[in-house]
Amino acid sequence: MARQKRRAWTTFALLGVGLAILPLLVEAGIGRSWVRVLDFTLLYIILAVGLNIVVGYAGLLDLGYIAFYAVGAYCYALLASPQFGLHLPFWAILPIGAGAAALFGILLGAPTLRLRGDYLAIVTLGFGEIVRIFLNNLNTPVNITNGPQGITLIDPVRIDGFSFAAKHHWLGLTFSSPQQYYYLFLILTLALIFVALRLQDSRIGRAWAAIREDELAAAATGINVRNLKLLAFAMGATFAGVAGGLFAGFQGFVSPESFNLMESVMILCMIVLGGMGNIPGVILGATLLTVFPEALRYLGDWQQAWLGRIVVDPDDLRMLLFGLALIVMMLYRPAGLWPSRLRRREWQDKRAS
Amino acid sequence: MDMFAQQLVNGLVLGSVYALVALGYTMVYGILELINFAHGEVTMFGAMIALAVISALTGAHVHLPGVMLALTGLLVAIPSCMLLGYTIERVAYRPLRSAPRLAPLITAIGVSIVLQNVAMMVWGREYIPFPPILPTGHHNLLGARITDVQIAILVTALLLMLGLTLLVQRTRLGRAMRATAQSPQLAGLMGVNANAVISLTFIIGSGLAAIAGFMVSAYYGLAHYYMGFLLGLKAFTAAVLGGIGKIGGAMLGGLLLGVIESLGAGYIGDFTHGFLGSNYQDVFAFFVLIAVLIVRPSGLLGVAAGERA
Amino acid sequence: MNQKLRNTLLLLAVSCLPLCGCSKPAGNGEPVIKIGSASPLTGPQAHLGKDNANGAQLAVDEINATGLILGGKKMHLELLVEDDQADPKTATMVAQKLVDDDVAGVIGHLNSGATIPASKIYYDAEIPQISPSATAVTYTTQGFNTAFRVMSNDRQQGQALGQFAVRQLGAKRIAIIDDRSAYGQGLADEFEKAVRAAGGTVVAREYTTDKATDFMAILTSIKARAPQVVFFGGMDPQAAPLARQMHELGLHAQLLGGDGMETPLFIKLAGRDAEGAIASTPGLPIQEMPGGLAFKKKFNARYGDIQNYAPYAYDAVYVLVDAMKRAQSADPEKYLAQLSKTDYHGVTGHIRFDRNGDLANTAITLYQVKSGAWRPIKTMQSGN
Repeated sequence: MARQKRRAWTTFALLGVGLAILPLLVEAGIGRSWVRVLDFTLLYIILAVGLNIVVGYAGLLDLGYIAFYAVGAYCYALLASPQFGLHLPFWAILPIGAGAAALFGILLGAPTLRLRGDYLAIVTLGFGEIVRIFLNNLNTPVNITNGPQGITLIDPVRIDGFSFAAKHHWLGLTFSSPQQYYYLFLILTLALIFVALRLQDSRIGRAWAAIREDELAAAATGINVRNLKLLAFAMGATFAGVAGGLFAGFQGFVSPESFNLMESVMILCMIVLGGMGNIPGVILGATLLTVFPEALRYLGDWQQAWLGRIVVDPDDLRMLLFGLALIVMMLYRPAGLWPSRLRRREWQDKRAS
Repeated sequence: MDMFAQQLVNGLVLGSVYALVALGYTMVYGILELINFAHGEVTMFGAMIALAVISALTGAHVHLPGVMLALTGLLVAIPSCMLLGYTIERVAYRPLRSAPRLAPLITAIGVSIVLQNVAMMVWGREYIPFPPILPTGHHNLLGARITDVQIAILVTALLLMLGLTLLVQRTRLGRAMRATAQSPQLAGLMGVNANAVISLTFIIGSGLAAIAGFMVSAYYGLAHYYMGFLLGLKAFTAAVLGGIGKIGGAMLGGLLLGVIESLGAGYIGDFTHGFLGSNYQDVFAFFVLIAVLIVRPSGLLGVAAGERA
Repeated sequence: MNQKLRNTLLLLAVSCLPLCGCSKPAGNGEPVIKIGSASPLTGPQAHLGKDNANGAQLAVDEINATGLILGGKKMHLELLVEDDQADPKTATMVAQKLVDDDVAGVIGHLNSGATIPASKIYYDAEIPQISPSATAVTYTTQGFNTAFRVMSNDRQQGQALGQFAVRQLGAKRIAIIDDRSAYGQGLADEFEKAVRAAGGTVVAREYTTDKATDFMAILTSIKARAPQVVFFGGMDPQAAPLARQMHELGLHAQLLGGDGMETPLFIKLAGRDAEGAIASTPGLPIQEMPGGLAFKKKFNARYGDIQNYAPYAYDAVYVLVDAMKRAQSADPEKYLAQLSKTDYHGVTGHIRFDRNGDLANTAITLYQVKSGAWRPIKTMQSGN
């Protein structure tokens, strides 16, 4: 037992050190653009872990999840940009964005409590589109969101005078802006993953599982189905709100086109592909689906290196290979790449019968 | 009131296109409870193949009347799409029939991305014009203008829906489909070849998609490898509005969505005294959808069902 | 669990493996100057994105063929083409990748939504960027000295169009449609301001999306207001069915649009219904420009029809190289100062920049479809 514990700690320590030096290695090894890819990977991990609460834990199929990300991003953009001349500090905006997203989560959840499965999917999809359309059109009669033009010159994240947009020297090393954002995102991602893990094993998490498996039976055992469903929507939305705020500060620009339906679908793909309900799987799914399309940018180079010439236009192939990968991975591992033990067992039982 | 009549005609034509695509979604859903995300792309392939055939024929100086040319294109597109639909089911869905519920949804998205990009490689990134070979006459109907192509779309859609209803309600195949929809295992015990029935469902749905794709490109005068996405989304919404899984629901939902969109875009400004404009057309459509689903959680014609795991 | 982890790590390793060890062959020993091209090559606007990349590629190949000598050394230009998917987030990743690849300048991006977030990364890296097609006013007003464009902005073009509609066409009643994209909405808003300033009345303001093909509903309500001019802020794939449906509904008003509509594709898609439509494009008619027709012929032979902004991408490369020549260096630090002093006659017109990086005193030419082709009818001067 003690040895196992020690081994777990060494694994954790190694993982920690690995994550800490990752951006340094990546920037030195394959370039700063990959640090940026890592940053986005972390944002998508937050999103995927958040959506996993709604879909994976509580079993509510949500196709409009990106709307909450949008709410978080626009909260940050409106409160820290020349749009209204407001420049609130980061520590104030992030909770506001998360809270606003949670409110929207409840707003979506309340009318849809009776809906199930695919009906819920289409209503959430509609909700996501409604939010996007409002963001895209609220430049008249009063200019709130600046419409399709988006909001520019958003303040970078600044904590106590420390700006994440500027270079900093520390311990004889120079840290670029994407690297600094990496550490900020990493801390928040780890904290949120911790929350998600604790939720899963809590009373609430078990109640969600009960609702997911059989709503009627759950209600019969005295679970307050309504409140718990709303809580799932709100919790999931909170995660997206945080990610949205980080996104706005990191990009310095938001516009409605970043929050389209395809983004919601991609996040859903991440959790299904990784292994729904299982946090490590979800993280893996988010990482793969963010990194893979970027890695495919080097198709032309690979063709040069291996075949000596460009055979097929790499830009023709990139998304095609991405689609094929989705199909093949799913056919090969239908329960996801890294499913929870419970799900894997269920799936094997089902196949055996 | 000719503006209202015109908006109604606009909506019905648009809606009958939605309905034809929605039928494909709903048939597959009725049997497999699977959202066939790639269905919009099958529609796109229908349009593209028909156009390719038509332009090949005109390029080879085949002198046929315009309508015959168009029909030839359509007659090639239908079986091609049927083959495509069959292949999609075999490759991407059948292996996952007993997999977790969302797994085939992901392969469907994968298929959809693959089909789009294959179409891009084959037909290019440009928009392709539909040659002006169809008659362009128009008529007056209760103060509204209606063109020959619009009439053709309305009539074809109605005939196809009627035919499909007869097929499902009155034939052996239809009975087998309904049995499989209730329980593939039980249907199997009763001597129904469930796999064959499912394949046939995909084949019929894809054939309808080909016709819909052809009509869309003829009506709007263009085709593009990305056109399937939005069409599929709208049709899917229509299918859910009507009650997904129900043939009649897809028709009703499609026509209704078309009319709602049309009247919404036409009158939303008047309703709100100019506060909201036609930019909120889709918001309006989705609000109607949400309102309908709150009152009837299984769509207009859907029967309240227990939880489908 | 352990085996799972190993599998996963293996998978990750395999997917990262090919990233390393891919160095570029350095041409024929000449020093290489890399230029980036960023535009959507997949998705609904891929045809425009590819067009931009093709325009830039043609210029790069021409310059290499004639030979570029900087500081006494023969240089080889290389174009790095990236797909930004018209997505703001992807655009920043692409921008960072180009910066990492040590490009000396960037031609791009296509859309304002992608151009604006990317411009911050180029600015931070001090790399000049010329967009051949982004029209949002804000792109050049962020205070970035690296941001240029060889395209008029929405204000310049909207003003010219608005004045033209009221003064030249003599229209009193004008209907406006935009596609709610950054481009369409920006242009339509500026057009509306100019129409009101010139004394015209906007009788209807309707909206569609940049993916729509059905405009019957909004056209029906527009028809009820009996406008003389229908202005469309948007791109040709929407403008063409719009023209057709105006015809089908018997709405006989003058269709007017911006550079997104002044394309061969519009005529191809709208067919007979394109006749009479008027649209503007910044710059002078290509046949009036020295080298314009030669460019068109070369482009057509190699890539087929010009979709839209290829000539601007082509000019943008020449503008970059022109500045490099004057600075005798491809080092952005040295040639950036020369870039803002550009005075270049390209195939799209006379290119000079104002202090924001916008075109100074750009000419805007109006074209009308007559017997199946766009013919210039008037050139207007539009200052800021």
